[in-house]
Amino acid sequence: MELDLSPEYEAFRQDVNRILTENSHLAPGPEDRGMKHPKRLAWQKFLIENGLTARTIPKEYGGYGAAPDLLKSRIIAEEFARTGIARPMGGQGISMLVPTLLELGTPEQKEAYIRPTLYGEMIWCQGYSEPGAGSDLAAVRTAAVEDGDDFIINGQKIWTSTAKQADMIFCLVRTDPDAKKHEGISYVLFSMETPGIEVRPLVDMTENANFNEVFFTDVRVPQSGIVFEKNKGWQVANATLTHERGMLGDPNATKARFLELVELMKAETLNGERLIDNPLLRDRLLKLQGEVYAMQANGLRVTTASLKRESAGLAGLIIKLQGCELNHQIAGLAIDALGELGILYGEGDHLRSDGSWQWRYMYDLGLIIGGGTAQIQKNIISERGLGMPREPKPAKV
Amino acid sequence: MEFALSEDQRMLQDSISGFLKDNASLDTIRKIADGDADAKAGLDTGLAEMGIMGLAVPEAVGGSGLGLLEACLVQEVLGYTVAPSGFLAATVAANLLAKGQESIASGIADGEKVFGLALTELSSRRDGAGVTADNGRLSGTSLLADVPTGATHVFVADTSGSFHVAGEWSAKPMRTIDRTRTFQELSFDGVTAEASLQPDASTLAVARLLVAADTLGAAQAMIDQAVEYAKERKQFGRVIGSFQAVKHLCAEMAAKLEPARALVWHAAYAMDTNDPEALVMANLAKAHLAEVGTFVAKTATEVHGGMGFTDLLGLHYWFKRIGVNRQLFGSPEQVRQTAAELQGFLAA
Repeated sequence: MELDLSPEYEAFRQDVNRILTENSHLAPGPEDRGMKHPKRLAWQKFLIENGLTARTIPKEYGGYGAAPDLLKSRIIAEEFARTGIARPMGGQGISMLVPTLLELGTPEQKEAYIRPTLYGEMIWCQGYSEPGAGSDLAAVRTAAVEDGDDFIINGQKIWTSTAKQADMIFCLVRTDPDAKKHEGISYVLFSMETPGIEVRPLVDMTENANFNEVFFTDVRVPQSGIVFEKNKGWQVANATLTHERGMLGDPNATKARFLELVELMKAETLNGERLIDNPLLRDRLLKLQGEVYAMQANGLRVTTASLKRESAGLAGLIIKLQGCELNHQIAGLAIDALGELGILYGEGDHLRSDGSWQWRYMYDLGLIIGGGTAQIQKNIISERGLGMPREPKPAKV
Repeated sequence: MEFALSEDQRMLQDSISGFLKDNASLDTIRKIADGDADAKAGLDTGLAEMGIMGLAVPEAVGGSGLGLLEACLVQEVLGYTVAPSGFLAATVAANLLAKGQESIASGIADGEKVFGLALTELSSRRDGAGVTADNGRLSGTSLLADVPTGATHVFVADTSGSFHVAGEWSAKPMRTIDRTRTFQELSFDGVTAEASLQPDASTLAVARLLVAADTLGAAQAMIDQAVEYAKERKQFGRVIGSFQAVKHLCAEMAAKLEPARALVWHAAYAMDTNDPEALVMANLAKAHLAEVGTFVAKTATEVHGGMGFTDLLGLHYWFKRIGVNRQLFGSPEQVRQTAAELQGFLAA
C-alpha cells in the first residue's frame, strides 16, 4: 500500500499541470459549438502532440507513441479534472473503434481510419442495438447480402449516439442468416454518406435527442469494410464492448459530482437555514459520501490490478452497476434538497445549476439501462464473479 | 502508487485465517455461545500464541508494532469466523498507549495483561451511565463494555473524553443478541487510575474502523455461505443459484461489499499515514459497513430460505455479529454525524 507518487510521477504530474494551465487559452469553451469547430480540432491536435491524449497509440497511426503507463494516464485524467480545462475528444470512434482496429484491423484500415479519428476529423457512430436486439445483442437482424464485392444492407439500428454528426459507422450486420445466432454476424465499417441511410433523432425523457434511429434501405457498401473476418463479428463486438464498460462509472467523475452536491447544500437555504444544516438531508449526504469513498478506493484497487496486469476480479465487474446507480442517487438527493425548486427545468427564473440535476437524474437512469442493463450486470457479476450457473435455456416447444 | 496488500500483509491474514478455520469452527463457536469456558480458553490461548494480541503494541515493549491496516486484516478474519476475541480491545488500547504511555502497553503482547474496553459513553450516554475522574480516581458506570474473559485492565473513557487505565472494577453481564461475545456493565467506585491520557479523537475512530473490518469479514462469510448454498440447493428440478431472482441477490451483496473492502483498507492506510482525511474515512467506513453489513445479513439469510432462520445452520451467529457491530461505538446515524462534524458541515 503506497498512495503517494514517486518523484518521477510527481514531476510528470507537475509537467501535465503546467502544460494545461499555460495553454488553457487554446482550449475550446461551450460557445465553440460543433464537434468539428476549428478550435476543438486545434486543441485535440495540441493535446495529442503533447502526449495528453492518444498517448499510447503508435506514432505511425497519429498517436503520441508513448509506452503504456496506466499511472501516467491516470495522472493526466486527474489533472484535467482538477484544472477543469476542456478534456480531449471522446466519443465512440476514439474510445471504442480505435482500440478495436489496433487489435483486429487490417493494415489498410488502421492506415485509413485511426489518424483522422484521433484528430477529430472523422466522427463515428456505433451500429449495435436494434429494436429486437437490446440486452440480447446477438439477435441483430440487419441483413447484409453479398453482391459482387459489395454488401446490400437492409434493416434498422437504434440508440445510435452522434449518428447525425457521424462520417462513418461501425456496424453489426447479419451476413449468414442460417448460422447460429452468434456465428452469422459481421462487423463492418462504412460511410454514413452512403445513399439509403436515414437518421431520425430519438427524443428521450431529458427532452434531448441524445440518440437516434438509423434506417438502412438497400445500402450498398464494400465488403472490404469488414473488420477481422466475415461471420466473426461477435468476437470483434465483444472486444469493443470491453472498452465501453470501462467508460461507464468513473469514480473520479462521481466524486466531482458529490463535491458539487456538497457545495449546493452549503450554498442553498430553505426557510433561512442552509440545506446542509437539515439533519435529515445531511444524513443522506453522508450516506452517499461513504459510497463515493468506497467506489473511489475500489477504483484505486482496480487501477493497481491493471498496472500489475492482474485481473481485478469482482472489484472490476461491479463498477458499472454501482457507479451508475450512485450517480443517479447523488442527483436524486440534489433534487430532494432543492425541493419544489428542484423540479424546474430548461430555463427561467429561480432555476438552479441550469437544471442539470434533473437532467442528470434522468440521463443517469438511461446509463443504468444502457451499456448493459443493471440486470445484465448482475448476471455477469454472479456468473463470472461468483461462479453461479447460467439460467438454463427454455426447452424448445 | 500501489493500492493492494503487500505479501507480508497477505501472509499475516492467511495465517490467522488458517488458524481460525481449524480452531474456530461453528462447533466451537456454538460451545462458546453456550458458555463452555474450556472452548473459549482454548481459542484465546491459541490466538495469543499466534501473536496477535501485541500486533499494535510498540516493539520496544514486546509487541509487533504493526499498523491499523494489519489490525483490520486480522479483525476481518475474526469476523469471518465470528470468533470472539480480546483483539479489538487490546488494539484500541495499545494504539493510544503507544502515543506516550508505552510502558503501560508492556505485557499485552505476552498475555500478562488483558485489556477490556469501556468506550460506549464517548458517543452514547444513557440510563445515567458515565465515568468521572476526580484527581485520578474513577467513579461511575459504563454500559456494554467489551471485557474479554480474564481481563486484567480496562481502558475506559471518562465523560470529558479523557482515557484511563483501571485495574479494578465490578462487572455485571449484559446479555445481547450475540451470545459469543461478553458485554458487561462496569462500575468504578473511586478506584485510582493506573494511567491517564488526554482526549484523542482517533481512539474512537480506531475502535469504529476495527468494527467495520469485523463486519466486512462477517458479511463476506455470509455471502460465501449463501453462494455455496445456492449452488447446491435444488428446487423445481434445478439448483436455486440458476434462478436470476436468487443470482441477483448474490450479485447485489457482492457489488455492495467489494467496494466496502477497499474503503476499509483505504481508511486504515489513511490512519497509519496520518492522512488529513483519515478520521473522516474511518467514520465513513464504520457507517458504510454497518449499512452494507445489514443488507448482506438480511439478504444472505433470505437466500438460505427457511434454513437461514433456523439454529441448525448457525447462520444467525453472523447475522447477530453484524447486528451488534452496527450499534457498537455508535449507530450509523451517530457515526455519520461525527463524520459531518469532522468536515465542518455543521452550522457554527
